[in-house]
Amino acid sequence: MYSKILVLRFPQTEVQRPIVCHLARDYDLTFNILNAQVLPRREGIMVLELSGARKNFKDGVNYLKEQGVQVQNASQDIRRDAKRCTHCGACTAVCPTGALYIERPEMSVNFDQSKCSVCELCITACPVRVMSARPTNKLFFE
Amino acid sequence: MKKHQVVKTYKEINDKIRSGEVVVVTAEEMIDIVKQEGAVQAARTVDVVTTGTFSPMCSSGAFLNFGHSSPGTKAANVWLNNVPAYGGVAAVDCYIGATEPCADDPLNKVYPGEFSYGGGHVINDLVAGKRVHLKATAYGTDCYPSKYMENELTLSTIPNAVLCNPRNGYQNYNCAINLSKKTIYTYMGTLKPMAGNANYCSAGQLSPLMNDPYYQTIGLGTRIFLGGTQGYVTWSGTQHKPGVRRTARGIPISPAGTLWVMGDLKNMSPRWLVGISMMGYGCSLAVGLGIPIPILNEEMAEYTAVSDADIFTQLVDYGNDYPNGISRSHGQVSYAELKSGVIRFNDREIPTVPLSSVVRAREIALTLKDWIQRGDFLLGEPQFTLPT
Repeated sequence: MYSKILVLRFPQTEVQRPIVCHLARDYDLTFNILNAQVLPRREGIMVLELSGARKNFKDGVNYLKEQGVQVQNASQDIRRDAKRCTHCGACTAVCPTGALYIERPEMSVNFDQSKCSVCELCITACPVRVMSARPTNKLFFE
Repeated sequence: MKKHQVVKTYKEINDKIRSGEVVVVTAEEMIDIVKQEGAVQAARTVDVVTTGTFSPMCSSGAFLNFGHSSPGTKAANVWLNNVPAYGGVAAVDCYIGATEPCADDPLNKVYPGEFSYGGGHVINDLVAGKRVHLKATAYGTDCYPSKYMENELTLSTIPNAVLCNPRNGYQNYNCAINLSKKTIYTYMGTLKPMAGNANYCSAGQLSPLMNDPYYQTIGLGTRIFLGGTQGYVTWSGTQHKPGVRRTARGIPISPAGTLWVMGDLKNMSPRWLVGISMMGYGCSLAVGLGIPIPILNEEMAEYTAVSDADIFTQLVDYGNDYPNGISRSHGQVSYAELKSGVIRFNDREIPTVPLSSVVRAREIALTLKDWIQRGDFLLGEPQFTLPT
């Protein structure tokens, strides 16, 4: 069983379509809607906890993305303090998704946030401690 | 003694630096120059080759004289931001070592420990201009009656601060793998089980001692880039071991020479002295160091043309061999292979992980090149060179 809290952003054009129900019907996932609103300019934001088998979860999220929905990990995301990063490369030992990778031949360390799974392993693996997790679920506090 | 076709002296090169005619290139740029023009022609054109390295260098620290309180204190035990410093020097002198953890650090009690703050971070804070809290206890003497002092220090207000690193700039280092069945946390970083990754730590073709493998131009008095300012090589470093096996062009295939370096901490910068934390291992200091190599003859031109493909190191198992003092190589790899991102080990590809920043090493070599070209940096002729 795999479970994560996600923030979904629906563009104006998609906000009228039934999308989320397909997660249950076609991907065997369960969801619990924690927050949902349509903003004044008619784009929608939904926070839900999505659970199911890991593969289904991945397929379901891909389905959402195909529908034009922006999917973000709700609880937090990982940032890099680019100014302090020394480009040593130690983080690449632990990053499981290749979000932290070395650009060759320059040997500089790049961070592709879209590949980051927020596993947080890089936070303590970084000798200079330039990686940090920051809450992104401001909605919860509003 | 071989007879050289090109012979230059330190004085001739320094005169060229003063007149602005000097030709300086980085160790990376020198590779192609020698390939295209040959060593003799390269030695005629190029006067200085600059090198650089930026990585954790544990054997680092600083002597601080923090001045007297009133009444005076013969400080015996000293803490800086709660990190113990060695107080057994003189009344108000201490040595803050890079690897000393904070006094209340939980260490590895919750494994792997984080080691978030230590001596390296104190040095980093000092050069960043931050206030550092000093606490000292003493037994009290007739001349220094006070038994306790506290003070807020900044680098600019204390009388003296000298970076004094007994072992920096290792000429080559092991490539670490882990052949055990669990993840381990070492000074070579995190190593996944069953050789899940291979960690290495050298600037390779940019590394100072790789470009002068027999230390023909490096010794007491060699002026260097250290921590963002000018410093000096003052001795061979501890564990200096020149007698290891070498390749045909003189490059050691395992850890060999080391440097003892010093410089005025007051002029250094937090960009080039960075406090670091190695998960499960401890605190340290990443040091920026660069050495200009004078091209005194074609032999030095040849040496400075060394490339990553010519430099080899050994795969060492940190899971079982290293902790038990077993000296064994599980294979030899070149830095060109290591920098490619994968090496082959037991018919399997394993990802490689650097710990030494090539980006910063290159920046040091370029900075040194700039200083010399502008005439701000003259070469220091060594009083004697390091033992070979």
